[in-house]
Amino acid sequence: MPHPAPTRRPSLNGRVRGSFATFVFLLPMLLVFGLFSWWPIVRSVIMSVQFTNLVTPAEFVGLDNFRAVLADPLLGTAVQNTLWFALLALLFGYPVPLLLAVVMSDVRRARGLFAMLAYLPVVIPPAVAVLLWRFFYDAEPTGVFNTILGWVGLGPVPWLESTTTAMPSLVLEATWAAAGGTVIIYLAALVSVPPDLYDAAEVDGAGILGKVWHVTLPHLRGIMLITLILQIIGTAQVFLEPYLFTDGGPDNSTLTVLLLVYRYAFQNTTGGDYGMATALSLMLAVALAILSLIYFRATRRWAQ
Amino acid sequence: MKIHRVRRTTALAAVASIASLSTLAACGSSDEPEADGKVTITVEGWRPGDEQATIDTVNKQAEAFMAENPDIVVEPVEWEWSAETFATQLAGDTLPTSFRVPFTDAKGLAERKQIADVTEYVEALPYFDEFNPSVLEATKGLDGQIYGLPTDVYGVGLHYNRELFEQAGLDPDSPPTNWDEVRTAADAIAEETGQPGYVQMTTNNTGGWMLTTLTYSLGGRMESEDGAEATVDNEQTAEGLQMLQDMRWSDDSMGRNTNFEWGTINEAFAAGKVGMYMSGSDIYNALVTTNQVKPDTYGLAALPLADSGEAGILGGGSVAAVSAKASAEEAEAAVKWNDYYRMARLYDEDAAVTDAKTLSEGDQPVGTPTLPTFDQAKWDEVQGWIEPYVNVPRDQMTSFTDGVFEQTLISEPPSRTQELYAILDSVVQKVLTDENADVDALLADADEQAQTLLDS
Repeated sequence: MPHPAPTRRPSLNGRVRGSFATFVFLLPMLLVFGLFSWWPIVRSVIMSVQFTNLVTPAEFVGLDNFRAVLADPLLGTAVQNTLWFALLALLFGYPVPLLLAVVMSDVRRARGLFAMLAYLPVVIPPAVAVLLWRFFYDAEPTGVFNTILGWVGLGPVPWLESTTTAMPSLVLEATWAAAGGTVIIYLAALVSVPPDLYDAAEVDGAGILGKVWHVTLPHLRGIMLITLILQIIGTAQVFLEPYLFTDGGPDNSTLTVLLLVYRYAFQNTTGGDYGMATALSLMLAVALAILSLIYFRATRRWAQ
Repeated sequence: MKIHRVRRTTALAAVASIASLSTLAACGSSDEPEADGKVTITVEGWRPGDEQATIDTVNKQAEAFMAENPDIVVEPVEWEWSAETFATQLAGDTLPTSFRVPFTDAKGLAERKQIADVTEYVEALPYFDEFNPSVLEATKGLDGQIYGLPTDVYGVGLHYNRELFEQAGLDPDSPPTNWDEVRTAADAIAEETGQPGYVQMTTNNTGGWMLTTLTYSLGGRMESEDGAEATVDNEQTAEGLQMLQDMRWSDDSMGRNTNFEWGTINEAFAAGKVGMYMSGSDIYNALVTTNQVKPDTYGLAALPLADSGEAGILGGGSVAAVSAKASAEEAEAAVKWNDYYRMARLYDEDAAVTDAKTLSEGDQPVGTPTLPTFDQAKWDEVQGWIEPYVNVPRDQMTSFTDGVFEQTLISEPPSRTQELYAILDSVVQKVLTDENADVDALLADADEQAQTLLDS
């Protein structure tokens, strides 16, 4: 066996790195990842330049699928809607978990209970949550939310039944569903903030806001930058909410890029355009990869 | 010692890897040849959510079939047509050998070779020459070959809730006969009961399907006869949309929730939350087996038609097709099963009576209105045979059964049907969710999109 090449960074166990045993231990995971993650990725790249019905051998069609996607008038709508969702999610969804985590970390008793309550929506199966919220979003004045709004003399709001309110309604549910996970990440990060710093800030005359601004936020900066890009990537791939709530409607006002991918592949019964679907997926993946790269370059200095 | 330990862990890890490999390999098992010379096929049996009695009835019929055909093993499975899962099931080998697909999807599936050419088996059937030609046409691909047996031929009717009619002071025995009466009745129901008086499907291509139905009933068409030209922007569609807009926004008789498709509208109707809606004439079967509708509340009327020679009702049905992956033996067995299970009751007295008897014993609906797969004389004959077993409230469907044979049956738009429907979905949604929707502009735009689609 050749001697392992010298490495720049020390590995977990220095000596074992690159040895046969490491490889053998890695093998199951490599196989599972290879088979269920990487191979499908390679296959979809191949499929994006093919025409296939999934039964007979596929034929290569060059860049036709990409051309067809770019010529689709719905692509612009889908991209716009996705950006709109991402922006709304950023405005509502990004500050909420941070705020919750900061407040919760200040609570001395029953912090676990609050964390659990915040996390509960994440535990509910997403499809069930959507069905539940569909019920809440009933557009009749007798609907759950409309009844509540009625008590204070507001509404009824059409919720999912109007091109203007449908998307914000989806964002509201998505924020509720996802906030818990991010709260837990922030809470974990907040533990690492040395309490002395707060004491010092207090001595220097800082109030609650001052402590948050000068101590908490600087310590969370690295995590915040990561959760931000994760959220952007996540919202760019939003599918579940528009699919289950509105099926992209009304009038395509909630049609997102991923829902369009889905439609190409599965709903378009006379086309069954798996090639177009993979082509658009690939375009989205490349766009997100470039965005992430730029993001990490741009924020490298702040993150440290 | 150390070396020894490393070796042992290596060996352990290797064993673990091999074990995981073999598990993975087990995932991709292949079909085993039948040792005893029997052909085994899986067939569409019942819909998800169907009651146990439905399942039992299908299994009973499968057993009777196997007794007659000892070389064939039939395994009914839960299945429902969905364009969204079809291809994945086909590719993943989890599709039943035989299943039904809507007329509108059959041509596309045939063109993409996702369902099997069964021409030779269908042509060999004794009644092949007696098919209603336009119905048989629906089973053919663009290549002229036959891809299945036509079943469940329906015309669209107007389904209504008799209970809501009564509560609104309307006579449930004289349902609306023209669209003005539909509008008045809907208004009365909404006013008196608080439930939507009239609801129409809007999503998942059913919005386009029903807008097309409404257009046909007013005498318009969505495509030219050869399917080359889009005629979406026509007077009748505009008239229909204007009516919907008025009912939704001026009368407020359609409710505020407009997100409905085939299954969800059935659900809402069975729950007493829909006054009237359009759907296939055989929908009562699903309303009973899947949604447990109260039979007393159900009424079926002939679809109101405009006073125009061009007006008619949209007709459709299903093709009992065979998976493209089936072997020749399996395809032949599948056609045999479909002949036995779906066709025989439409032409053979013994089969019709046995089928009706089995269904009624299992408390399954018998006598729901369908349209002739062969000619009307045959259809009338069959109705006579099964008369003693009819258990659906036929007297609540007389408006439809008396009127439908006077109505012209019009096929769905011939070219790119589902994609056309998808474009029309948006139009209906816009009208029902935006008070200020400009019907003419919407139609002009949809027409352009449809023409681009047909040209491509």
